[in-house]
Amino acid sequence: MQSNNIHEIVVLSGKGGTGKTSLTASLAVLAGNDAVIADCDVDAANMHLLLRPDFGETFEFYSGELAVINQDLCNQCGTCAEVCRFHAIPQDKNQYQINALDCEGCGYCEKVCPTHAITMQERRSGSVYISKTKVGSTMVHARLDIAAENSGKLVAKVKNDAKAIALAGNKHFIIVDGSPGIGCPVVSSLAGANYVILVTEPTMSGLHDLKRVHAVIERFRIKSGCIINKYDLNKEQTAEIKCFLREEQIDHLADIPYDSIFSEAMIEEKTIVEIESPLKQLVGSIWEKVKEQLTRKN
Amino acid sequence: MNPDKPLKIAVASGKGGTGKTLFSTNLAAFLSQKQKTLLVDLDVEEPNDFLFINGTIEKISDQYKMIPLWDENKCTLCGSCSNTCKYHAVVQLGTFIAVFTELCHSCYACSELCPVQALPMQRHKMGKITTIDSGNLTFIESRLEVGEEQAVPLIHQTHDLVDTQYKDIPIQVFDCPPGTSCPVVAAARKADFVVLVTEPTPFGLNDLRLAIETMQKIQKPVGVVINRWGIGNDEVEKYCDQAQIPILAKIPFDRQIAEYYSNGELVYDKIEYITTSLRQVITAIQHAV
Repeated sequence: MQSNNIHEIVVLSGKGGTGKTSLTASLAVLAGNDAVIADCDVDAANMHLLLRPDFGETFEFYSGELAVINQDLCNQCGTCAEVCRFHAIPQDKNQYQINALDCEGCGYCEKVCPTHAITMQERRSGSVYISKTKVGSTMVHARLDIAAENSGKLVAKVKNDAKAIALAGNKHFIIVDGSPGIGCPVVSSLAGANYVILVTEPTMSGLHDLKRVHAVIERFRIKSGCIINKYDLNKEQTAEIKCFLREEQIDHLADIPYDSIFSEAMIEEKTIVEIESPLKQLVGSIWEKVKEQLTRKN
Repeated sequence: MNPDKPLKIAVASGKGGTGKTLFSTNLAAFLSQKQKTLLVDLDVEEPNDFLFINGTIEKISDQYKMIPLWDENKCTLCGSCSNTCKYHAVVQLGTFIAVFTELCHSCYACSELCPVQALPMQRHKMGKITTIDSGNLTFIESRLEVGEEQAVPLIHQTHDLVDTQYKDIPIQVFDCPPGTSCPVVAAARKADFVVLVTEPTPFGLNDLRLAIETMQKIQKPVGVVINRWGIGNDEVEKYCDQAQIPILAKIPFDRQIAEYYSNGELVYDKIEYITTSLRQVITAIQHAV
């Protein structure tokens, strides 16, 4: 099968702010045009700030539905409001109104309305972009509309598009920046992954969140490796993280010292591998290790 | 501001890892020196506040969502449930009805519209809420089970619990999840004021703008706390000035704070400028609401 030649790498962290996006973008630069990049942190996407994609093509993303009441047909019976478990149909000035923020598009109200006054309408929940990055690779990214739902579905859309582009272009890698947490966008970003890179920091929060996101990865039986960023902030915590990695047989990819180059590079709209520093070599070695893990027969 | 109602402050951020937990836990601990305070950790996917709060566990309650259970004996395989469910959580596969728990939104439509009552709703554990007594500070942690994907129902249930059982606590701090989508909206909806914690970097600014838009959409007054001030650049300050968003405090980048944080220690009573910042923030909020 052709798709066996594509290696899909997902970068996660559990806790936010560990350096996940800076490192993902660096790997994207190192992989160059042999990778398709997917930014799956759709409700706080940042990778475009480093990879400078051209926003070449834009697609509207529709997902889920919203109930709409035709007031001319409504007889104010209130059945819709009674069945709605999301309290999304308050009565205001003697009219039943749909509160779009609360409506989850289940369609129960539409089914029970005796006068057929309610219809379900497709709902726009974001935009998807297919771009060229500054290193010439293709990047699929997205923006979830403000306060929208269905981020998991938008993540799936970004990933599927990235996969199709990688297949069509005979690329070897898909590099995915995931979102923090353990909920639907994270689970969605894991579908089809071959390897997960976990980026953590030596704080009690970092380790706690790492353990939870690792438990999610375990359910999908995906191999993973871990980068300890800012390892020199707290050496005892770093030692504890390493202990956890050994117990769980997670590859230890690298320890990265605290370095202001992360924010300095960001201001210059660069990744840390585009600036001369000891970190450039270190991140280069991470990419080599990941490639080695991916091509090794289990 | 109604004096009989508690003051609810939500702490959110857009970008993860900007210092929401640092700020929420220290603000709550600081406030509890003078008055009864409630701290609620609503970052249900990755709750961390408990690492910083010492106290005795008062109560742990399992939290459930309702999902349909297929009763094979009653089912006539009419297909109504499968056609009704917009989330593809109830699917007819030949002569079998499959229920995908993690996709179910608990709307009850399949169950109540089933002509033969073959899909009764039953409880499914999605998380737990722990209440911790720490003197003047009451701490509530809401924690999603690993494997559950939907944070929103648990966040709603936590708000309901607070509003029924803890409404007498006059000041309440809610530590919200990161991002700009449904979980943070659910977490911040009940707030009188939202503090957005950011960092002075391009990522911080990008996500702060999204977070401000989100909070404006749900019509919440906001103020900004710039954490790790001194790293990065001054674009966040320029943006706030231009958009007329108040900057409530600037917390300088300080390795000492990071070290205390890494060990699960509070800093509100250890570092003087933190105490000063927290006092400024609370005064500004009380003026604003």
